[in-house]
Amino acid sequence: MNRLGTVLVVLGFSIFLAIPFLTTHTLTKSIITKEFNSDEKTTIATKAFEPVIEKTVSTWQLLSATGKAITEVNETAIANYSFSTENITRLENLAHNNSLNAKSIEALWGKENFKVIAFKNYGNWLFGREFGSDAELESNIKQVTDNIAQYEVIPKKGIDKYAAKSLKYNLAKHSITGLLHTNALLFLLLTFGLAVIGGLLMLQSYMAEKPGIKNNGTFFHPAKSRKWLGIIIGTLLISFYVLLYFFPEYMVGWIRLTDSISYKLSGSEAGQFFLYGFMYTVSMLVMGARMLAKYRHNNYQLIRTGSVMFFQTIFAFLIPEILVRLNQPYFDFKNAWPLDYDFFFDFELNKLIAGGNLGMFMLVWGITFSLIAVPIFTYFYGKRWYCSWVCGCGGLAETVGDPFRQLSDKSLRAWKIERYMIYSVLVFAVVMTIGVLYTYFTGASELLGINTFSMRQVYGAFIGAGFSGVVGTGFYPVMGNRVWCRFGCPLAAYMGIVQKFKSRFKITTNGGQCISCGNCSTYCEMGIDVRAYAQRGENIVRASCVGCGVCAAVCPRGVLKLENDSNTNRVNTANFVRK
Amino acid sequence: MHIVIIGNGIAGITTARHIRKLSDYKVTVISSESEYFFSRTALMYIYMGHLKFEHTQPYENWFWKKNKIDLVFDRVTDINTENQSLSLQSGKLIGYDKLVLALGSTPRPLPTLGAELKGVQSLYSKQDLELLEDTKGIKQAVIIGGGLIGIELAEMLHSRGVHVTLAVREKQYWDIVLPPEEAEMVGKHIISRGIDLRLNTTVESINGSSKVESVTLGTGEVLECQFAGATIGVVPNIKFIENTAIATNRGILVDELLQTNVKNMYAIGDCAEIKQPTKGRRAIEAVWYTGRIMGESLAQTLCGTPTPYNPGIWFNSAKFVDLEYQTYGDVPAKIDGDLTSMFWSEEKPERGLRIVYEKATMKVRGFNALGLRLRHELCDEWIATGKTIDFVLENLEALNFDPEFYKKFASQVTSQFKTLA
Repeated sequence: MNRLGTVLVVLGFSIFLAIPFLTTHTLTKSIITKEFNSDEKTTIATKAFEPVIEKTVSTWQLLSATGKAITEVNETAIANYSFSTENITRLENLAHNNSLNAKSIEALWGKENFKVIAFKNYGNWLFGREFGSDAELESNIKQVTDNIAQYEVIPKKGIDKYAAKSLKYNLAKHSITGLLHTNALLFLLLTFGLAVIGGLLMLQSYMAEKPGIKNNGTFFHPAKSRKWLGIIIGTLLISFYVLLYFFPEYMVGWIRLTDSISYKLSGSEAGQFFLYGFMYTVSMLVMGARMLAKYRHNNYQLIRTGSVMFFQTIFAFLIPEILVRLNQPYFDFKNAWPLDYDFFFDFELNKLIAGGNLGMFMLVWGITFSLIAVPIFTYFYGKRWYCSWVCGCGGLAETVGDPFRQLSDKSLRAWKIERYMIYSVLVFAVVMTIGVLYTYFTGASELLGINTFSMRQVYGAFIGAGFSGVVGTGFYPVMGNRVWCRFGCPLAAYMGIVQKFKSRFKITTNGGQCISCGNCSTYCEMGIDVRAYAQRGENIVRASCVGCGVCAAVCPRGVLKLENDSNTNRVNTANFVRK
Repeated sequence: MHIVIIGNGIAGITTARHIRKLSDYKVTVISSESEYFFSRTALMYIYMGHLKFEHTQPYENWFWKKNKIDLVFDRVTDINTENQSLSLQSGKLIGYDKLVLALGSTPRPLPTLGAELKGVQSLYSKQDLELLEDTKGIKQAVIIGGGLIGIELAEMLHSRGVHVTLAVREKQYWDIVLPPEEAEMVGKHIISRGIDLRLNTTVESINGSSKVESVTLGTGEVLECQFAGATIGVVPNIKFIENTAIATNRGILVDELLQTNVKNMYAIGDCAEIKQPTKGRRAIEAVWYTGRIMGESLAQTLCGTPTPYNPGIWFNSAKFVDLEYQTYGDVPAKIDGDLTSMFWSEEKPERGLRIVYEKATMKVRGFNALGLRLRHELCDEWIATGKTIDFVLENLEALNFDPEFYKKFASQVTSQFKTLA
């Protein structure tokens, strides 16, 4: 059973990995017309696409042709709409005669001319101005015409960077034909289907053993101890996240597989984040089942794992999609700021405000949840109520990431780095949020000299995508399953402060029973040196503890117990060990 | 002042750490077993792949230098008590003002024929663990002796797919320590985990030409095996001081301040034999925490606050494959005289609880827990203050140290005991 399961999982993954190479596209004129969205651009693009049009091509061929078409469109736009050398000479002549003004340029090219309108906007500061030298005149005019090319011609008459990104994605996604297109459901079964069935069959290896702690061979395992399989898994995960956040146009084959499910749920086609959400949920359910099998003797683990599986499936995956189907804003009710770092971004706020009563409820809910419920629950139960019971990132870590928990670094140095990093991210998140709200309410684009838009861009790219995704999950097989939660999550940092100073949660050390074996520290995913406290007979009150309960589970001597007791004297314990 | 400690186990290392906390004396710890302190109790988990060796080290390697505790990785060959110096294998000579012997235990040698064959060993030291890697690829093993190390060794080999026979001389597993019900429960558990537990079984001989090939049991049955575990207990590791002036019996004899008969010399941990143990304690107790408490007390004494060794009320714990065991206070294997007890157990989940109390006064004297966890602090306090069995039953839930959401046991235990009473 276990072997069959392994074969199916490997097969499912292999087919999945082959899909980008099996994906074929056939570009038609109508797709080009639709995606280029202007007659002028369509004509140029259609010409540029000549070699591939109506032909079966791979994603790479298609995207390389698309790149060329975009360049062609942009070059034509520059040629047609920006100022030529000859045009510039004329402008210079006007300036020499002190007659560079709106009227004179209108006279040259006409009032409604694109160039003229643009120059009146971008170059009016030159009108009527005296120039010290020809060189100064030339450079000033050049500056204006360059700006026009970059900010007017390319975005309006050509295709800018952002438009290019979605254009590439849309062309690729909508031109899929062939085997994959006609048999998407079959391929869904051959990839996800096989992997899921195989994964569930592999649970047999846990069920065949008697209930109890199952860590035999962990450090001999090729995936669980930074050996070859771990490196492969890590590389695949990192590549996946890089594609997801930065090159989704190469994932269209995978996305196509999930179209039918997306249509059923939200009524619209799947995008890269639907694929991601689907994979995330499916992996969490299968690996959650593994967790349930592995810890079937431990009710705390059973209930907790059931909880993260429930919140991911219902709250993070299904409800938002169904909301979209009902024409309501996409919203994850269990996500809390500042983990949900874009909650206060203008487009999010506008979306909720435009969302009628339900939208307003979501807005109030989100704020109340993040600012009132989070600290109150953390006071009563510690941050575990969120991190290892509700959170999606935590849920992934506790299920998919469980095989890697022993790889977290327990050194004092790692703890130091952790504190610097996580609180820096918290400060960054708070400052960025204040910045975007300031911009939202005042319209001013800068706060204390920093552009709030670039602040949020930097946060989104480096923290949102880079840290929580690429590093946070990609490095599971190297640095353990809580890299993001431990070093980066601003919500964990915020709840950690509450947990450390004002909470009833603690891990009680059972008198003098500790034998310093090190199982607790080794299996702590947050890299807490639990033993350091337990062997001193001291209770554990640490900002970073997510309360997964595994230290207490793996302890062979019944030394540790997670408890919600009282906020006073949490650390003190009976005197079985001399301080 | 230069304090030299021989042995870097829990006793020796605790002494060193606490001396450093209390003074700036020069402290040197000598060990021939390992460069750095590790937890001996965790060796089994390395073999089973739960941990790597580095995980068994409770302190990072920089800790010792930072705290000015000198570690010497060498073997002491001779102690000169006259001029207070030690000769090391490397030829070095180290003088001391005070000497602490924390020599630990050594496996009790197997008196059986064939015990010297290759593939016959115990599990005590790091070197034993390294040697045990020779079991790679073997099919069968016989473990001789059913104490705590015996079951650990059995579990270890079993985890790597070896068929393990655990040959135990006694009527029930570990029945010199466990009362019959507990011993039976543990025995059943061991069998349920796939270990071939043979009770009432003696071993006649270990056979083989150079390596162990089989074991002959008292019944004449021959068990084919490629490994034989010798786990009939441990004895104080005092061989190399046998012909010195240091007074020994089974272990090194010490008074309540852990002083030996030789001036400026102390002995702690497994190798020490307390001349007059406190109530409810034995003269030699080779358990982790007694080593630790001796180290804590001795450091006080050495740093100017004479502190008698007082381990308090007995407690201990173990894990038999998947079945956890905790004990507090007096729970003799045979409960009689002025003691009586109540025992509760159930099969699913597999767990049991014994409460021992005095017949006459009804005062609680001890607890045995199997498959459930009890709160040390409260058990200790209730025994120390002589709470009655009625009080214990009424407040039993407070003793529960099981993880949250575990099936509670207090009301079941209480109601069973009430119907019996």
